[in-house]
Amino acid sequence: MKAFAELLDRLVYTPQRNAKLKLLKDYFQTTVDPDRGYALAALTDSLAVRLPVRRTIMQLMEQRFDTELFRMSRDYVGDTAETVALVWPERFDAASRPALRLGEVAEQIRMMDRARLPEQLEDWLDRLDATERWALLKLLTGALRVGVSARLAKTAVAELGGRPVNEVEEVWHGLSMPYETLFAWLEGTSPKPDSAGAPVFRPPMLAQPIEDSDWASLDLADFAIEWKWDGIRVQIAAARGEARLYSRTGDDIGMAFPDVLVHARFDAVLDGELLVVRDGAVAPFNDLQQRLNRRQVTKRMMADFPAHIRLYDALLMDGEDLRELPFAERRRRLEAWHAEKRPAMTDLSEQLHVASKLDLDALWAGARSEEIEGLMLKRLASPYLAGRPKGHWFKWKRAPLSVDCVLMYAQRGSGRRSSYYSDYTFGLWTETDGRNELVPVGKAYSGYSDAELIELDRWIRGHTTERFGPVRAVEPGLVLEVLFDDVQRSSRHKSGVAMRFPRIARIRWDKLAGDADRLERLITLIKSPL
Amino acid sequence: MATIRIQTPFESWLRPDAAGLCCVPGGFHIDPARPVERAVVTHGHSDHARPGHNAVLATPETLAIMQTRLGDGAGRNRQALLYGAPLTIGDVTVTLRPAGHILGSAQIVIDYRGQRAVVTGDYKRRTDPTCAPFELVTCDLLVTEATFGLPVFRHEPDTREIARLLASLAAFPERTHQVGVYGLGKCQRLIALLRRAGYDRTIWLHGAMVQLCALYENLGVRLGDVRPVSAASTSLAGELVLSPPSALGDRWSRRLADPVTAFASGWMRVRGRARQRGVELPLIISDHVDWPEIIQTIDETAAGEIWVTHGREEAVVYQARKMGRRARALALIGREDEAE
Repeated sequence: MKAFAELLDRLVYTPQRNAKLKLLKDYFQTTVDPDRGYALAALTDSLAVRLPVRRTIMQLMEQRFDTELFRMSRDYVGDTAETVALVWPERFDAASRPALRLGEVAEQIRMMDRARLPEQLEDWLDRLDATERWALLKLLTGALRVGVSARLAKTAVAELGGRPVNEVEEVWHGLSMPYETLFAWLEGTSPKPDSAGAPVFRPPMLAQPIEDSDWASLDLADFAIEWKWDGIRVQIAAARGEARLYSRTGDDIGMAFPDVLVHARFDAVLDGELLVVRDGAVAPFNDLQQRLNRRQVTKRMMADFPAHIRLYDALLMDGEDLRELPFAERRRRLEAWHAEKRPAMTDLSEQLHVASKLDLDALWAGARSEEIEGLMLKRLASPYLAGRPKGHWFKWKRAPLSVDCVLMYAQRGSGRRSSYYSDYTFGLWTETDGRNELVPVGKAYSGYSDAELIELDRWIRGHTTERFGPVRAVEPGLVLEVLFDDVQRSSRHKSGVAMRFPRIARIRWDKLAGDADRLERLITLIKSPL
Repeated sequence: MATIRIQTPFESWLRPDAAGLCCVPGGFHIDPARPVERAVVTHGHSDHARPGHNAVLATPETLAIMQTRLGDGAGRNRQALLYGAPLTIGDVTVTLRPAGHILGSAQIVIDYRGQRAVVTGDYKRRTDPTCAPFELVTCDLLVTEATFGLPVFRHEPDTREIARLLASLAAFPERTHQVGVYGLGKCQRLIALLRRAGYDRTIWLHGAMVQLCALYENLGVRLGDVRPVSAASTSLAGELVLSPPSALGDRWSRRLADPVTAFASGWMRVRGRARQRGVELPLIISDHVDWPEIIQTIDETAAGEIWVTHGREEAVVYQARKMGRRARALALIGREDEAE
């Protein structure tokens, strides 16, 4: 547990991706099987613990510790599990403490009888130091939340063998913890694990944003055109009676969508967009969000927010790998297949036809209904290539909206940006009780250059009116042109609106704060007021 | 017939007033927060050693520290008292005993008419290569600090924390490690601990630490090769830099190579505190007693009465009463809770 606890302890405080990767790699390199495999399981959220841990630790604390002192400690620390880890009365000193391996814990929790939990937990806590106790309780009480995605953990493992993470993704869902065959392959001591027909994840093909300069070299006749749907990209993989639903990054999200998977009685790997569709109409993204990030879903949720997959490509069908075929041929096969099988809760993404760039421009300019984010251009001759290959698929997002806002608060960034005020809260003018005042409408931390960041940082330090820890309030004196994809009503914000993907377009040094936009203008940009 | 000995309540001769803790028959204050006629100072930290007193009594090291930091404000008449040498002031006898907190730090032992009070000042009970070790003094009244007076505070062994720092230096050789430390005491102790662990490279100092390190050297504490960051010709990748906590992640640190920010403090035991500071590598190294050591001290001094100052008094008072002692919180003004 020592190395694993130290790893989590470092990760939780480390903001930079590369530093996290380094810490993970060092850990996987220096830790033996099966411990490192269980660590990988924990980091990829594959180690589901269904034991009443929280209740049990409170019962143990009552037996072993003064209730009043625990209350005072809990009030100070603010987190129960952390407080338990810190105040747990130690029976052994560091030298005489019997060691405990992560592997031992992981194997026990997979098959433990609930009745044995109090005794087992007490024994474990006695055998650990404070950091290890914290790590153990994190492991047992659900998600680790150390700022590491499953993808990042897999990337670190892939780098052990100098391989791209996509190769790990391809075999991942055919493996089981503690992943000894995976480590052996990456360390060159055994062949690549064979997923043998299992519905594993295949790294998807991604589109690049189209640039103005791209148009000159494009012939529209070479491309299929589709709407860019405002859902989430998914891959549905089914084989031998088993079906899985993967996110773009290879996370298995199937447990939240049994309504879709139950109909996936086929042998294919398909690419599409996950949406909520009610009576044939795509619901706002917000509705889909109600269904995401859940381990379980109720019948009610499924009825209120019915899931749907709009298919647009096929990677494998009936055992045949189609990825080498051109897009036009894959699409033809997908259409034929869908016409025959007609799996419920699916349809095909419509192919659009335009005669000229002018037609296309008109189509794009009109793309502002709720469910459409823009247009996709897919080269008819392109094979299905993992990653984001250049020149094959383009996404043309609808034009962003913009407003001129006034900077209100600035917060220090993290990692490399920790000495700079790099996160900005901005507001718009509105009249409240007869007074003209600024109301915050959003927050952005991107869109400016390094040179602009330095200028902004300097301006903020010179115009601070109040400080709250890492946050400064500033005089209403700087206008920021803010771009955003969409704006919706929101009861969670004082302004009553929430922007989607706000980013700084320009710093308007030339404008006075009084010339910035009013909240009313932002409200008129809401497409379908609820 | 049994003889009944009537004890004077301690408050009749030792009590807080507007300036701080006052020993009435001795006519002096201990660590007063505002200028007084006669001050006895436990140690050189600025919330204990304030400027502007008429007469100051302290250890020679504390007086030297005050002279360095306060110059003319260090007291008009300064009297040095060695550890263990009793000094009679009117009806009371004052003795200074090592507190183990920083160089020169002392507990104030006051004997008055058969009663003994010990005012610990700030203290710690672990080995510190830069100062004399804490001496336990049995007494009737213990006035103890409670900076870390909650059961959540159990400081890790400093060897473990130093090993974590050295491991991080090895893992990120392309980055500077910038450790936030309190400039007086913690800075020099950290350097000494690193030297003990075999780290013999140059240790780079923020300008605010240079003078105090030189003073420690003058007072006989060997720190090895330490240099100001301003003398460096590179961005110090792979090197160790000590700075005041306020310089962590601020403009000063932009000169360093993508610094890993560390902070050496007892507060780092609690994650919320470390996150608040934006620290990447929290090191639990404290110059104060932790919870078990406060209890141990209450127990070993055998004092029947415990007064608890600056820190989390509530839990220590509760615990002392559980141990059968009379106990009260002593609210003294002007103490900086966060000063470590």
